[in-house]
Amino acid sequence: MQHTASERAKRPRVLRRQRWGDNETLMGWLFILPVLAGVAVFTYGALVYSFFISLTDWDLLTPAKWTGFSNYGMLLRDEEFYQTFGNTLFFVVTMVPIGIVSAMTLAILIHRPLKGAGFFRASYYLPHITSTIAIGVVWLWIFNPDIGSINTVLSYIGIDNPPRWLESTFWAKPALVLMRIWQISGYYMILYLAGLQTIPDELYEAASIDGASPWQKTRYITVPLLANTTFIVTVLLMIESFNIFEAILAMTKGGPGGTTNSLLYYIYTEAFQSYRMGYASALAWVLFFILFVLTLIQFWHRRKSEGARM
Amino acid sequence: MKLRGTISRIILYAGLTAIAVLMIYPFVWAITASFKTNAQIFNGNPFDLLPRPFTFDNYVQVWTVLPFYRFLLNSLMLSIIVPFCNIALSSLAAYSFARLRFKGRDAVFLILLGVMMMPGHITLIPNYSLMRMLGWINEYQALIVPSIFGASLVFNIFFMRQYYLAIPRDLDEAAIMDGCSRFGIWRRIILPNAKPALATIAILSFVGEWNSFLWPLVVMNDYWKMPIQVGITYLQSNTNNDWGMLMAAASMSILPLIIIFLVFQRHFIKSMLTSGLSGK
Repeated sequence: MQHTASERAKRPRVLRRQRWGDNETLMGWLFILPVLAGVAVFTYGALVYSFFISLTDWDLLTPAKWTGFSNYGMLLRDEEFYQTFGNTLFFVVTMVPIGIVSAMTLAILIHRPLKGAGFFRASYYLPHITSTIAIGVVWLWIFNPDIGSINTVLSYIGIDNPPRWLESTFWAKPALVLMRIWQISGYYMILYLAGLQTIPDELYEAASIDGASPWQKTRYITVPLLANTTFIVTVLLMIESFNIFEAILAMTKGGPGGTTNSLLYYIYTEAFQSYRMGYASALAWVLFFILFVLTLIQFWHRRKSEGARM
Repeated sequence: MKLRGTISRIILYAGLTAIAVLMIYPFVWAITASFKTNAQIFNGNPFDLLPRPFTFDNYVQVWTVLPFYRFLLNSLMLSIIVPFCNIALSSLAAYSFARLRFKGRDAVFLILLGVMMMPGHITLIPNYSLMRMLGWINEYQALIVPSIFGASLVFNIFFMRQYYLAIPRDLDEAAIMDGCSRFGIWRRIILPNAKPALATIAILSFVGEWNSFLWPLVVMNDYWKMPIQVGITYLQSNTNNDWGMLMAAASMSILPLIIIFLVFQRHFIKSMLTSGLSGK
């Protein structure tokens, strides 16, 4: 704002000292500039660059060759792509419902006055904070078909031919799902606990007066009123399962026979073991497109349900 | 009726305890196994938890085969430097978004919102290529600089902006009257008042950086500069499933986080209960 000399003279002394540090627009931009610059390079710049790479043939050693959309055409004829896509879908359709049910069950069970509630909550959440790589090595042992914990316990209870878990083309995927569910249930349980806090006690009191059983209260009050949380959890779990990678790298390396190879693991091996940067980038764009749609749905829903707060 | 209530309560506690045991068992097994001899590990009894004899051999061996103390130091350094830079930049930006009015602010906010929607894998190959062009492969810069600008940066901005909005504006205005600059307000008013939020962000970011894996795996092949998670896979591919050593390595990665979690538990859970998101 421009001030005339007379206006300036009338203002108190402290306010008249116009320094560059007081200019809101200048300071506003200056404070977000570092963040904006970093994001421009490492996210948006990278995004454009990634699309460019996906239109080339590039092995890092020789210069990239422009090939147009042929990587995307190749992808449609690539059986390994269909296999990894199918595997990834398997992880999504198993982990999402099992994750929802286990997280919601845990939350409902401990959302009541309990002795040691803090201990239960902490122990269920603990697996989520540890690195998947480190704990994956531990699960590699637990699933060991000859001396691992699971098969030893199974043999104690008289099962002679227990599954060979990660070595079996049939059981490797369920074993990974089991491990991931163990790891993430506690995290989504906390989201459900947040949802449970929003349900008013009066509803349960009214239901008790009407003679509702605990099961009926859960079925007709708790579950429907958690629908918002369930929606968010569904989308987050879908994104999480589409992104399954570290557990595979630590435990199966995509085997046996490619039965646990996921999209992200396939992208990683194509890029950093086969050095097919162009093709890997095209694969990355397919996965990106799927995840982008899922995230858009989540943001749209979040803004709709808490529009006032954002 | 009273008896039924007691019985169902006993069943509930038994069930919850059983689940807790399943959740904790892999940790207990890994940490106790890391002090066992390989002979005891291979007897396969999952309930045989006490090391007999108690030995540090696995740790000694793993430190001789690979420089695990370096892995731990590298991880510790990264988990302090990256969150520190990240928080410095994001809290300043959050202040700008929460308090200052300027043209284009909302557009920039949307651009940042977009970063949260980008899955990390799409930027993996181009950023790797950028690191090659800069000659940063196998250098610490590659582990630090791009990691500062990950999705957690934007999450942190949103988280802190929300917190700053709750700090009374009267404090700012009083400071302006006293001749404080905008930067000074952030330094002297906002940051001291936002300590709980900063602590939460710092802890979540520490854990996130400690566990980061794919990016370091790709840009770091020099094992003197490797963080611990990459070191574990390096060990895994260079030993033929020597379980004692693997459990020692896994324990070294897991134990610091368990301690941090037990000490700062409420930060993890509170931040999720209020924001519905984690720092991931």
